Amino acid sequence: MSRTLATAKRVLQQLSHDPRSVALIVVLPSLLLLLFRYVYDGSPAVFDRVGPQMLGIFPFIIMFLVTSVTMVRERTSGMLERLLTTPLRRGELIAGYGLAFGAAALLQSLVSSAMAIWWLELDVSSPSAVVILAVTDAVLGTALGLMMSAFAATEFQAVQFMPLVVIPQLLLCGLLAPRASMPEVLERVSDVLPLSYATDAFSDLGTGATSTGFLAADLGVLVGCSALALVGASLTLRRRTS
Amino acid sequence: MLNIPAVEVAALSVVRGGRSVLSDVTFSVPTGQIVGLLGPSGCGKSTLIRAVVGAQRIEAGDVRVLGEPAGSACTRRSVGYVTQASSVYPDLTVRQNLRYFASLSDADDEATEGALDEVGLRARADALVRDLSGGQRTRVSLAAALLGDPDVYLLDEPTVGLDPVLRRDLWKLFARLADDGRTILVSSHVMDEAGRCDRVLLMREGRIIADATPDELRRRTGQDDLEQAFLVLAEEVAA
Repeated sequence: MSRTLATAKRVLQQLSHDPRSVALIVVLPSLLLLLFRYVYDGSPAVFDRVGPQMLGIFPFIIMFLVTSVTMVRERTSGMLERLLTTPLRRGELIAGYGLAFGAAALLQSLVSSAMAIWWLELDVSSPSAVVILAVTDAVLGTALGLMMSAFAATEFQAVQFMPLVVIPQLLLCGLLAPRASMPEVLERVSDVLPLSYATDAFSDLGTGATSTGFLAADLGVLVGCSALALVGASLTLRRRTS
Repeated sequence: MLNIPAVEVAALSVVRGGRSVLSDVTFSVPTGQIVGLLGPSGCGKSTLIRAVVGAQRIEAGDVRVLGEPAGSACTRRSVGYVTQASSVYPDLTVRQNLRYFASLSDADDEATEGALDEVGLRARADALVRDLSGGQRTRVSLAAALLGDPDVYLLDEPTVGLDPVLRRDLWKLFARLADDGRTILVSSHVMDEAGRCDRVLLMREGRIIADATPDELRRRTGQDDLEQAFLVLAEEVAA
């Protein structure tokens, strides 16, 4: 446990020496949301429908990118090899990363949700549920980023996993077209993609058609997927390599 | 406990990318010795050290540290590994790096301050590692290995690029650690460093071509200079 906390602290210390990255993490989703709001200035109904979903999707994408690149750097620099020769366990390392980026995600979500709700007057039924779901989405992005970093040999490849892992989920999650209107095969695929559940939950929050039961189920799926991806990520850390 | 060698390697073979990197390597290192692993660049020194750390996938053979399989949970507590490229975080300060490594091996802040003094970096403790010179980074990396007070040090070319004064100081530190009963397996491609070791393993093309004390090497080859002694031995093997 103490090694997990030490790892989280180390990751945050690294971030703190990189103010530009901190600024990007904290304000980028808010800026994108602002842009989105004024692109649809003429049809506020679109912003009201899609805005809440964006609150969940931006942190997911940003955290996926930040984490996968960070982890590839750790793998290719020889740091990972050295860390794995210390008493640090693989699960402790991954949990430390999850914790640090989860904390960054909390700050990010607080800022973007606050701006969306109070400044852009986005209508959501439960602000606290928005923050909880946004953080969960960010943790999911972190977990998938940690796992996918195992398949990237360079940072260049890691960046390109973003379109590979994220864009299909964006297309299928119900953001552009309702999932029920898709061909059955695509609907089935969207059923197993975690981002679909995030989008469902945020749509419910936006329309006010919130049933606590549905929200809790969506949240449960997201937490479960994050946990699976974190376990998968720690299994990809090989102590012995060729 | 005393009769268990610190490092024991038996019939070790490693293949990387279809090429044999180590073939049938056998040696053992008793506790409290400084053993130098010498040979030209590319002869398999780093791979051998990685195998002893437990980071290298091996083809055949047995590698043990203090009687336990290399890389197992209990050996990881008793091994300090310094990689060839300094593996510390460039975007942390020297002290932040050391505190992190200290917390991984349950060492305290006092150990961090002690390690800073051992490698002579107190004046740069709050500098970011990326602002340090190559030699200073190597010393941070070495300091990180000192923190857990390990029984066995596995050091891959720790003195590359250091000025002669620092090199001498580090070898004094290694000697002090060995006097305290620590074991050191250290690689180098600089032959004059062989003279500072209790024993030398000469490597060439993935094999150990000599395992002797520096004096034995000089006697056997009739050469005072260890560089010349290596040449004589390498030619003997080739012939």
